[in-house]
Amino acid sequence: MSPAIPFLLALGLALFGWLGGRARANLFKRNAAPSASRAPVLHSLPAYHAWFVALAALVPSALFALVWSAASPSLLIARVLADPAAKALPAFGIKRDSILSEAYALATGNATTAFDPLSRALVPAYRSALEFYGAIGLAATLVLGFAGGMLAWLRLRPDFKARTQVERIVMGALLLASLVAILTTLGIVASLMFETFRFFEIVSPLKFLFGTHWSPDPMATIGSATGDNYGALPLFWGTIYIGAVIAMIVAIPLGLMSAIYLTQYATPTMRRWMKPLLEILAGVPTVVYGYFAALTVAPAIRDFGHAVGIASASSESALAAGVVMGIMIIPFVSSMADDSIAAVPQAMRDGSLAMGATKYETIRRVLVPAALPGIVAGIMLAVSRAIGETMIVVMAAGATARMTANPFESMTTVTFQIVAMLTGEGSFDHPATLSAFALGMVLFLVTLTLNFIALRVVKRFREAYD
Amino acid sequence: MTDAPTSTRRPDHAASALRLKKRYAAERRFRLAGAGAVLFSVAVLAFLLISMSWNGIGGFKRAELSTQIDFSAGALTISPDQLSGEDAMRALEGAGLKEIVQFAAAQGIDPAAAAEIDNDAWREVGRRLIANPGLLNQKVTVSLPVSDDLAAALRGDGDPKLRVVAAKLAAEGKLARHWDWGFLSRADATHAQSVGIWGALKGSMLTMAVTLGLAFPVGVLAAVYLEEYAPRNRWTDVIEVSINNLAAVPSIIFGLLGLAVFLGLFPNWRSAPLIGGMTLALMTMPVIVISGRNAIKAVPPSIRDAALGIGASRVQVVFHHVLPLALPGILTGTIIGMARALGETAPLLMIGMRAFVASAPDSLTAPSSVLPVQIFLWSDEIDRGFVERTSAAIIVLLLFLLAMNGLAIYLRNRFEKRW
Repeated sequence: MSPAIPFLLALGLALFGWLGGRARANLFKRNAAPSASRAPVLHSLPAYHAWFVALAALVPSALFALVWSAASPSLLIARVLADPAAKALPAFGIKRDSILSEAYALATGNATTAFDPLSRALVPAYRSALEFYGAIGLAATLVLGFAGGMLAWLRLRPDFKARTQVERIVMGALLLASLVAILTTLGIVASLMFETFRFFEIVSPLKFLFGTHWSPDPMATIGSATGDNYGALPLFWGTIYIGAVIAMIVAIPLGLMSAIYLTQYATPTMRRWMKPLLEILAGVPTVVYGYFAALTVAPAIRDFGHAVGIASASSESALAAGVVMGIMIIPFVSSMADDSIAAVPQAMRDGSLAMGATKYETIRRVLVPAALPGIVAGIMLAVSRAIGETMIVVMAAGATARMTANPFESMTTVTFQIVAMLTGEGSFDHPATLSAFALGMVLFLVTLTLNFIALRVVKRFREAYD
Repeated sequence: MTDAPTSTRRPDHAASALRLKKRYAAERRFRLAGAGAVLFSVAVLAFLLISMSWNGIGGFKRAELSTQIDFSAGALTISPDQLSGEDAMRALEGAGLKEIVQFAAAQGIDPAAAAEIDNDAWREVGRRLIANPGLLNQKVTVSLPVSDDLAAALRGDGDPKLRVVAAKLAAEGKLARHWDWGFLSRADATHAQSVGIWGALKGSMLTMAVTLGLAFPVGVLAAVYLEEYAPRNRWTDVIEVSINNLAAVPSIIFGLLGLAVFLGLFPNWRSAPLIGGMTLALMTMPVIVISGRNAIKAVPPSIRDAALGIGASRVQVVFHHVLPLALPGILTGTIIGMARALGETAPLLMIGMRAFVASAPDSLTAPSSVLPVQIFLWSDEIDRGFVERTSAAIIVLLLFLLAMNGLAIYLRNRFEKRW
């Protein structure tokens, strides 16, 4: 049974309720005794009665279907495990999970062949459990939707304030929708914190934050980890070196100069064409940049390194990743600088020009200093984006954790290691897997701080010139 | 009239002129540097696009051997009614179509070349037979995809022995690179010659549908609440701060959230478009809220006052008057947010969408790949043939992004009102 069926059922009931509610409201209108007064018979338009009944049917049944689709998999597994055929399963671990998911795929018809005979034995149990819980889910959805719709339908009266009720529900929905943002933030913080604490139970935070040796072994037994392999300092160094040093050396001059040229020198036509072109640079997916870095830029940089006599130049280098990342960030820096420069009052510019300063002197001595807080905030946002960037470093920066200032060597970053730790087959109890969440936590906190400060600076800066 | 001071130093015209010259030179240098910065960025963009297209054009082609198979000779003993129904391909395999194709290639072309025919080449012949059973008693010219090795040899690298064969066949006109329309209709495979983009494309579309379905209503409703109804208090501030911060959180963090929460709740839907769409929806929603708020803010207050004045309720004002006017702006922001989500790779890697999926997903809960992840996976392959295929996939992705951004620009120009 498709998981969408309870939702479709809820929608069907709502449609039914809508039609029923409108029919009843229209009936009130028709049956009303013709009165002398011109007051309307109904308090609300028939459409509001219809929406009231429809929402009363939809909300409880759809909510139930949602909860049910989240809860039923674990109920399902509990019931399957109660089956005698499940006695033969291995106690726990990856093998058990894979047999269960294989049996699930067989039972739902998503697979036709089983690798493990055990999973075939579980199929009848799975089928009966699926049918059992599927039937319960459907019946409960139907009953809830019908009961909700019916109660609402019976409440309809000519003087029933259907519009007020519907508007109250709508306001509730609006509030809920805006709470999703808070819930997401809380979800991020909670899930990162939970796994990070589990990681810190195995590896001490001090060793993690200040250790200089990073070589987690996802295959090692869980108990053997001591934390000596989990020193993340080389990762932080690689992240900062690639994202905040090399990328910024490329992005800040180019972005700033582009912004200055486009706002101060370019003709309107040129500006109209060049700005969207720069924005395309920001719209190219990062995986494309990563491919470009790995296929074109990195080999060129390696060859260049060899040509100038740097023997350690590797085909995956910090320089390649950083340069391409910088190019990706150019439009970002440029549009932030553009905004800040545009916010500088015209009077300051005119004053400087009237004193006989050239345009260049005006820009250097007046515009840029005046716009500096905004520009710095923009650079902070750009840094926060660069250190959170994943695909370019995954494809071009390499996997070796080392603390070196030689940009021709390969270097690894926080985001690279998160991907590396989580795309293997590691279990959720292993410190190597958990370390990814700890790294994610550090990344989240750093970017959050950068953004928070930058947004405040921008806000204060805007107010200063308003 | 004031007396002019008599004791001023006379301006040194020569020095002043020199200084002025220097200042103007600095001005020119600065201006040139600015133009250089813009040109550099544009040149990098052009280089990126041109090099991708250059490589990618080849990715839409593949090396094929053309030969004739005479089905009327009766080697294939199969009745036309076996060719309808689900088991047709199996029936053809049972009737020895694969061997017949091999034999025809060995006879018609070259035994060395016949050994280099792709293992699944007969399936394409089979598909033609199923589509048109009338071919069974005709002489048919077929194009057979060749192995990766022979394709590489035709390109001029790989095994020298094969290169000789390839050069000979190419000179005879039997081996050539043809447009491979199947690239747009197949799914992932192990050989560069037989991969296709449709599986990933469909996965992307399903994922985007989920993202749009979740992020658009929630984003618009949240924008409406914050802009029109929210009281000015601490709660509202918290909501605003968290939306602004979410818009700047690195995408990989959303992947960690999806892994810990969504996959924790639905372990059976690993690498399903549903989970991917939910994860990307969380990422896209703040973008929609921010652009939605700007669009709603741009609707002049007089519209609200007029509606309130003739007796509309506060909800009616927004849903009947403000939202329709703000919709083009909201849609523009939504499309831009969706374009970003379409190109996103890292969070989807986190939730397991890097599995090898050899068929297009047929539901929201089936394992699937998406376009950017497919590009990432192919870029890891060592075989030279995958370089072209990767670039071809990038072209497809970029075309979709271009179309979406073009639509956004069109909407903005067509419907934007200046009040």
